[in-house]
Amino acid sequence: MTIHPRPEISLLNKAILRQAAADSFNKLAPQRVMRNPVMFVVEVGALLTTLLWLRDLVAPAAGAEPLWFTGQVTLWLWFTVLFANFAEAVAEGRGKAQAASLKKMRREIPARKLVNGGEVQVPASSLRQGDTVVVEAGDYIPGDGDVIEGIASVDESAVTGESAPVIREAGGDRSAVTGGTKVLSDRIVVRITADPGDSFLDKMIALVEGAVRHKTKNEIALHILLVGLTIVFLVACVTLVPVAAYSRITLSTTVIAALLVCLIPTTIGGLLSAIGIAGMDRLIRKNVLAMSGRAVEAAGDVDSLLLDKTGTITLGNRLASELLPAAGVTLGELAMAAGVASVADETPEGRSIVAFVTKNFGLTEPSLHLEGAHFIPFSAHTRLSGCDLEGLSIRKGAVDAICQQVQSLGGEVPADLEEVVHRIGDAGGTPLAVSQGSRFLGVIHLKDVIKADIRERFVRFRAMGIKTVMVTGDNPRTAATIAREAGVDDFLAEATPERKMRLIMEEQAQGKIVAMTGDGTNDAPALAQADVGLAMNTGTQAAKEAGNMIDLDSDPTKLLEVVEVGKQLLMTRGALTTFSIANDVAKYFAILPAMFVMVYPEIAPINLMGLTSPRSAILSAVIFNALIIVLLIPLALKGVRYRPLGAAALLRRLVLVYGLGGLVAPFVGIKAIDLLLQALT
Amino acid sequence: MTVSGWLHIVIYGLVVLAVTKPLGIYLYRVFEDPKRPGPRVFRSLEALSYRLGGVNPEKEQTWPEYALALLLFSLAGVAATYALLRLQYCLPFNPQKLNPMPPDLAFNTAASFVTNTNWQAYGGEVTLSYFSQMAALAWQNFVSAAAGLAVALVLARGLTRRPVAPAGEGKATVGNFWVDMLRALMYLFLPVCLAVALFLVSQGVIQTLSPYLEITTLEGGAQTLPLGPVASQEAIKIFGINGGGFFNANSAHPFENPTPLTNLLQMALIFAIPAALTYTYGRLAGDQRQGWVIFGAMAFMFLVGAAVTYWAEARGNPALAGLPVNQLPGNLEGKEIRFGVAASSLFAAITTAASCGAVNAMHDSFTPLGGLMLLLNIQLGEVIFGGVGAGLYGMLIFVLLAVFIAGLMVGRTPEYLGKKIEGREIKLAMLYLLVFPLIILGLSAWAAAAPYALAALNNAGPHGLSEILYACSSAGGNNGSAFAGLNANTPWWNISLGIAMLFGRFWMMIPVLGIAGSMAARKTAPPSLGTFPTNGLLFMVLLVGVVLIVGALTFLPVLSLGPLLEEFLARQGRLF
Repeated sequence: MTIHPRPEISLLNKAILRQAAADSFNKLAPQRVMRNPVMFVVEVGALLTTLLWLRDLVAPAAGAEPLWFTGQVTLWLWFTVLFANFAEAVAEGRGKAQAASLKKMRREIPARKLVNGGEVQVPASSLRQGDTVVVEAGDYIPGDGDVIEGIASVDESAVTGESAPVIREAGGDRSAVTGGTKVLSDRIVVRITADPGDSFLDKMIALVEGAVRHKTKNEIALHILLVGLTIVFLVACVTLVPVAAYSRITLSTTVIAALLVCLIPTTIGGLLSAIGIAGMDRLIRKNVLAMSGRAVEAAGDVDSLLLDKTGTITLGNRLASELLPAAGVTLGELAMAAGVASVADETPEGRSIVAFVTKNFGLTEPSLHLEGAHFIPFSAHTRLSGCDLEGLSIRKGAVDAICQQVQSLGGEVPADLEEVVHRIGDAGGTPLAVSQGSRFLGVIHLKDVIKADIRERFVRFRAMGIKTVMVTGDNPRTAATIAREAGVDDFLAEATPERKMRLIMEEQAQGKIVAMTGDGTNDAPALAQADVGLAMNTGTQAAKEAGNMIDLDSDPTKLLEVVEVGKQLLMTRGALTTFSIANDVAKYFAILPAMFVMVYPEIAPINLMGLTSPRSAILSAVIFNALIIVLLIPLALKGVRYRPLGAAALLRRLVLVYGLGGLVAPFVGIKAIDLLLQALT
Repeated sequence: MTVSGWLHIVIYGLVVLAVTKPLGIYLYRVFEDPKRPGPRVFRSLEALSYRLGGVNPEKEQTWPEYALALLLFSLAGVAATYALLRLQYCLPFNPQKLNPMPPDLAFNTAASFVTNTNWQAYGGEVTLSYFSQMAALAWQNFVSAAAGLAVALVLARGLTRRPVAPAGEGKATVGNFWVDMLRALMYLFLPVCLAVALFLVSQGVIQTLSPYLEITTLEGGAQTLPLGPVASQEAIKIFGINGGGFFNANSAHPFENPTPLTNLLQMALIFAIPAALTYTYGRLAGDQRQGWVIFGAMAFMFLVGAAVTYWAEARGNPALAGLPVNQLPGNLEGKEIRFGVAASSLFAAITTAASCGAVNAMHDSFTPLGGLMLLLNIQLGEVIFGGVGAGLYGMLIFVLLAVFIAGLMVGRTPEYLGKKIEGREIKLAMLYLLVFPLIILGLSAWAAAAPYALAALNNAGPHGLSEILYACSSAGGNNGSAFAGLNANTPWWNISLGIAMLFGRFWMMIPVLGIAGSMAARKTAPPSLGTFPTNGLLFMVLLVGVVLIVGALTFLPVLSLGPLLEEFLARQGRLF
């Protein structure tokens, strides 16, 4: 399936920027800033200096700082808060723009509700869980639900961005439909599964709007760190006043406020919430809906990845490539039985068997449809399918399951079976046995085709330190061959939903974070158990409910991108925190000499940057501190680029860029601003 | 600066390095090995003590239980020490008939010795009876060191233990306070101190209960020569990183520190336990490199500090630079000629880096930059080897912070030794971190603004500020050494510094125990390529960076008004 990213909403989208600029002022309200203690301290500082400026405007106190200086500092302190608000507003704005287009879909749709066999026209908003409705070509589906009757092509582009229509049919794993999507052909009956306000579309709107954003664990911990540092610097700045007074230096409130704001981690404090919002937004643009920020963070932490072989590692369709009849069975007999057992089987394997026997054995498809045949669908438990015909049961399925079936009916299993099965398994194929009553007829060789780019993806996972586990119903030999060819680290063969669940729990018991993808109803428990459960949008409602993320493109390999987004989110926070703290060194060297040099000119040598005047030095530091927030907004929104390098190499790189860079950048920046200020005056 | 001076530092470093592993293994065996080392009689005595004390050594405590035991034990220690000091006039072994200590000084001294600070606002020989020295102070020297060691062990256990089944928060056990205390005293402090005391006596350190001698000097003047049971107290003063001298002159006194050999031994013993604990920690973590990284970060910061101090002292006084003064021997003011500049600078760097407080020179007389390094050593949080246990647990808090800040950069929830670091640990770590600036800066600011505090100063200007800063840092950091130049025996200083010492000890220990408790309960994930490596050079660099930036930036403004300004003014020939 191709990935159709949502239309990129540019950073410089004028409408968003205009709205964000207005929002930054609305967000100045103290009760809103209070949620971010770092910025709240800045706002209090700005208020203080504003009052000072007003006082000096009316009646200048003796020894007060000049009006222009207090005014400038005040202005830039306010800008610091505004820039932080602006960052958050821009991040939110992108989500809001997307939400607006989704909201258009939530208009009133008439629904044709089935009541006692008859149709009644009701508004969609009156539908409740359990109601059934009829939808025909040209109608919008009035609510989330499962198709319980019929098959139809549905245009889901409004939700997924994918323009090609998809097939939705009763039963199986393609039964879920989403409210607001449009039926293009045929007629289906849908059982509604969500009450109004609780639908997929509603959740999606809330998600992209950021209305349901809760702080994640890491975010909370980081917040505590930032608040702690703020208090430490608050203590350092406030106590400096009497200590300076002892040294016969009078520090004005303006200067102390400037020093404090420069030292507290405003860069990361101002960008923290924007980073979080942008992370969710980035996922949404990759067409993945995360039900919580926690899930995104957990994605970054993933240690083990459980991937279904079929559809993820191999192409969905295993192709029948060879028929191996048992002793005493003719090739034609086996071909006929295989065809009859498969003709009503809509799985790709079934279809490929029918295609294989019709092509190579002169059979036609209608000739396989026998009168009175009763189709037995495949079940994960029996691992068999086939048909019953006049007391004759033709079965195909997993070799051991067929052997059991044959033996339970008193039949015998050919002696060379094991050898045949091994040969197929070693070739990476899957053996499928065919039986008729108690007779073992032979084996079909199903060939697995590994996806073209999957090997490279696993190399990337390995470089990230993530273990990949292939989950397959195949026997261990086949699984081993495919695992080797695809390059996965481990595999779970002969998997049942229970074994899959057990594997997840075992990994988790070792302290590992487990991710998996799934679409079927029998995946639901495992999806719920896994730390990151990525459900496919084409999957069943149960699977979508159980997972904590939904991929609208239904591409299982998307997990890689989800992991990268999760990592990026944490990396961006870490990088900006490191940068913010490292910045303090330079700011000290700008402001400290400026504070003391008037009384003690001897201290001039620690004015490393050679800033022109004390006031210009302080102002330059404050301006740098405010501007750096704006400059880093793009980085906060886009995220630090992730490279699958392994933690040690990644860390070296980022420490160099953001740690060392954070030490050096402000020296350059503050000096440049100082020169500019000099040139302007 | 001389070659032999630098060689002194190098040899000292090698001695410490040589002690680290064997003592580290010994400590591990004492506390974590069911077959403890040493003669069998130790184990019988240990078992007997448990029976007498009604302690079940198999039953471990949760962190709140452990903290409660520690606090009650320490509170009892403060009360008992206070009572003994107040009542010394009616207690035995008081040949000089010394009076009771005044209440404020007794409180200060009790707080000081219970917190392993050993700040001394008194002169030992004119204030304390032999009984007070032995029963009140030496006793606290032993148990306060053991308590610090116990807390470090608890944190190390919390970080390294792998819970079989995840226990609820606060349910995981972290050890038994009484067991840890008893083993520390019985297997470590008592035997080592006994041996060290005997060696010191062989070198000329006195050990007697006789009254002070009245002697006639060569010039014919009369002099009182104070005596006392010095060797027994000297050993634990150094090995327990307490630092409280028997005499006011501390390790500069020939009866405490008579020979170059005792000087080297004292310096080596100060770092012995904190260095060894890093090895013990590596063993607990199951990865020796985890321990060496911490050792490396400590050693690096120490060597830089020691080198700068030596350079500053050997360079001489900047104020005299232009004058016809021979500064070749360096700044000798306030230093014992028998030790010289190198051994004095090294001793000063060691005693401030480890929160010891024993001194063999007058720190007040160090050059501004030399004094700056000493102050910085304390203000970095006493994590450069640091106190017994306190150095390791302090550094581990910085480790957690470094892992948290930088760990996010590898794109995973930060984890240390496989355990995730969450909001609770950060909250407690920040609480720990907050104590330092709050006490040191808060108290310094108060003192700088209060005439009654300033009245105690001997020097004005930036040097006076350094004296205030040093006193507050020494108390808050539980160091105990004095810049001197400040008459600290006034009610205000005694009470405020006493409170500072108590906060600097227990406000820091409780968050540490809390972190140990929650980390002990946390699941351990096996390391992968994607986990943040904490056992390599890069992490060591990061750790040093975090200690310097988070630890030092707080103090840069006041330091620039104190020693830094003094240096610049001295260059212009101005003295204070």
